[in-house]
Amino acid sequence: MDSLALAIGVPLIAALAAAAFPARAQALGLAGALATTVASLQVTALVWQQGSLRSEPGGWGAPLGLALQADGLSAALIAMTALVALATAIYASGYFRPGNRPREFWPLWLLLWTALNGTFLAADLFNLYVNMELLGLAAAALGALGGQPAAVAASLRYLLIGLLGSMTYLLGVALVYTAYGTLDMDLVAAALRPGPVAGTAMVLMTGGLALKAALFPLHFWLPPAHANATAPVSAALSALVVKAAFYLVLRLWLDVFTPLVTPAAAHLIGLLGAAAVVWGSWRALRAERLKLLAAYSTVAQIGYLCLFFPLLQATPPGTAREDLLAALVLMALTHGFAKSGLFLAAGLVQQSAGHDRIKELGGTAQHLPATTFSIALAGTALIGLPPSGSFIGKWLLMTSAVQTGQWWWIAAVMTGTLLAAAYVFRVLGQAFNLEPTPRRFLTQGRTELPALLLALTSVAVLGLAARPLWQLLQPGGAA
Amino acid sequence: MSRRASLAVSLLLGLLTLLLLWVFAQALAQQPGPRLAELAATELPRSAVSNPVTAVLLNYRAYDTLLELAVLLAALLGIWSLGAASPGYQPAGPALEVMADWVVPLLILTGGYLLWVGAHAPGGAFQAGALLGAAGVILRLAGHQRAGLPSESSQRLLAVSGTAVFAAVGLATLAFGAGFLTYPPDWAKWLILLIETAATLAIGTTLAAAYVGGQPPENPEGVRSR
Amino acid sequence: MTAQFLFGGAGLVLFALGIWSFLVHEPLLRKLIALNIMGSGVFHLLIATAERGDLPPDPVPHALVLTGIVVAVSATALALALGRRLEEEDPDG
Repeated sequence: MDSLALAIGVPLIAALAAAAFPARAQALGLAGALATTVASLQVTALVWQQGSLRSEPGGWGAPLGLALQADGLSAALIAMTALVALATAIYASGYFRPGNRPREFWPLWLLLWTALNGTFLAADLFNLYVNMELLGLAAAALGALGGQPAAVAASLRYLLIGLLGSMTYLLGVALVYTAYGTLDMDLVAAALRPGPVAGTAMVLMTGGLALKAALFPLHFWLPPAHANATAPVSAALSALVVKAAFYLVLRLWLDVFTPLVTPAAAHLIGLLGAAAVVWGSWRALRAERLKLLAAYSTVAQIGYLCLFFPLLQATPPGTAREDLLAALVLMALTHGFAKSGLFLAAGLVQQSAGHDRIKELGGTAQHLPATTFSIALAGTALIGLPPSGSFIGKWLLMTSAVQTGQWWWIAAVMTGTLLAAAYVFRVLGQAFNLEPTPRRFLTQGRTELPALLLALTSVAVLGLAARPLWQLLQPGGAA
Repeated sequence: MSRRASLAVSLLLGLLTLLLLWVFAQALAQQPGPRLAELAATELPRSAVSNPVTAVLLNYRAYDTLLELAVLLAALLGIWSLGAASPGYQPAGPALEVMADWVVPLLILTGGYLLWVGAHAPGGAFQAGALLGAAGVILRLAGHQRAGLPSESSQRLLAVSGTAVFAAVGLATLAFGAGFLTYPPDWAKWLILLIETAATLAIGTTLAAAYVGGQPPENPEGVRSR
Repeated sequence: MTAQFLFGGAGLVLFALGIWSFLVHEPLLRKLIALNIMGSGVFHLLIATAERGDLPPDPVPHALVLTGIVVAVSATALALALGRRLEEEDPDG
């Protein structure tokens, strides 16, 4: 069986079933989430064994037909998506109250998952556009689900910005087709000749995607959209959807526009990344609401990922470069798990306290011990304390910065880390007060456990067992 | 936006346009030959349809089209999630009423024709679906609360059907060992027609339902009564 | 070649006009129309690319444009529904 097609077909079929039978949407949705997780992890397992996979829906093959492709990078992100989305789905089944359960959550959720897997597996530039639109529409619709005016307004803005990004991207694709007569990524990479056409296409496509990835200074739409959505949706938007756009920038720069990635271009991305780290962390520190804090912290985390670009550019192919790429993926995965855990926990705080104003969170630790613990764990990963995955990631980032003589990035990393420590401890400091000790650690397992497990994964699993990730990213497969 | 800022934006975009025009001229000059046109034409006999655009949409790049139908569905689900539709328009006057009685059947008939002719001439599921959607718009304008569509549960089945049939065909060919959306040559023509028929119904339903703009009203009667 | 350049170039001008309008105008409807004009610009360019003189045109860009149109319609419909929902909440805003 074609595991790549299944990773897209299974969530799609499940979404259709949940859309057609709204009365059973939750049961169908949970079953679909489980099946999609199995299908996704199968892709990761096969990439682990074989190094890379390719399949051709329709059987025509490039350039006339389309192709799906998976390598270590996409397999790692697909596995992260599967685990985060499954945990969030279980959380959602307990989070929405029976009375006000949004009917369209499950089909849209599974369509979002379809689009995420489709994006990570696509090998065709136009197919990516369709995937991104599916992702953008499903994400905007999910973001508005609560129906509160703030959420609807933020989702509308997110949708419009997303469309602006897609149109810009599509113009780049049109130029590529005009000049090279193909849309397959590998064939475009082979035909590419550095020059004004390729350069403009790269700028247009990267610009469009940077808008969707909320790369500083194009991040302005992100905090309201992520902070006002319902908790499971915020988790998916921050942990997964933004990553998909970032993944595409990385993919295009590493594999398609390789000859055009000059030191200047890579440094520009690095500079924007540094600005995002400092600005995002600063705004997170100043945020009055917990979910807004989490959203600004996402802006900063995307910034860290961008800092890898100038270093990757300056490092010649070899072990050092492989380490650097693995560190980037490790940071992306750690952030995915930590941020989804944080948003899910913040949702519980909001539900229990009726608000998420940080200054008035006193006593949360006593009411919701497991949730407070999740926030602390996720915070550990966001700061980058050992043993979290981002500790290793930042360590390798700074080592590489010294080795390539670009020591100035270290300043940005240090500033961001200090600010992150400040904003995490600010929340934790407010969560405790002098009320009596907690009664029970877990109060509501169905929602608290997924958040806890996600946060725990970001700290313990990814940090202590990062080795398999290095093996997965090996070009020839691990086994 | 202040006057000065908007002037600056205009100036920058003017420069961008000139740059893009120059780049486009360069791109045309570095002609890559026939692009995919020749290939699409030589493979046409194997695609089971003789209209090359339909061959691209439903055979060479069928997976794109499958996702595109999913995009349409996502939009409709998003619209429905926002709550009930607004009451709509008051019943039409006699002139519009008579026109709707004439135009709607004509649109449906033309839609069916375009669906069939799409295999060998310009036409196909999207054109046909757009006409069905237009019929729905006219009915809604003429006072039909549900734009001529059936109950909500039936609308759901119709809207899902296009993507569902498409995906089911894809998974069936996969199960029979031919690969995702790889049609067996003997069946290709009929499978494409099946997918297109379902897609037409789904597109028509979705467009009309999107025009209604919310969850369909429970009781559409009182529809044409004044 | 000249016709191709003029047709595609008109698309580029539409694209730039769309961005301009998107950036300069505040109301939702104008922003949405601007996005659709940007889209039309890109579709224009793709159609120009498909042109091959006396030979039959390249069907691939034509199919891409059809797909793009459906995607654009879907996005526009969702954006309008979101906008109307906002207006119901706050008729003045």
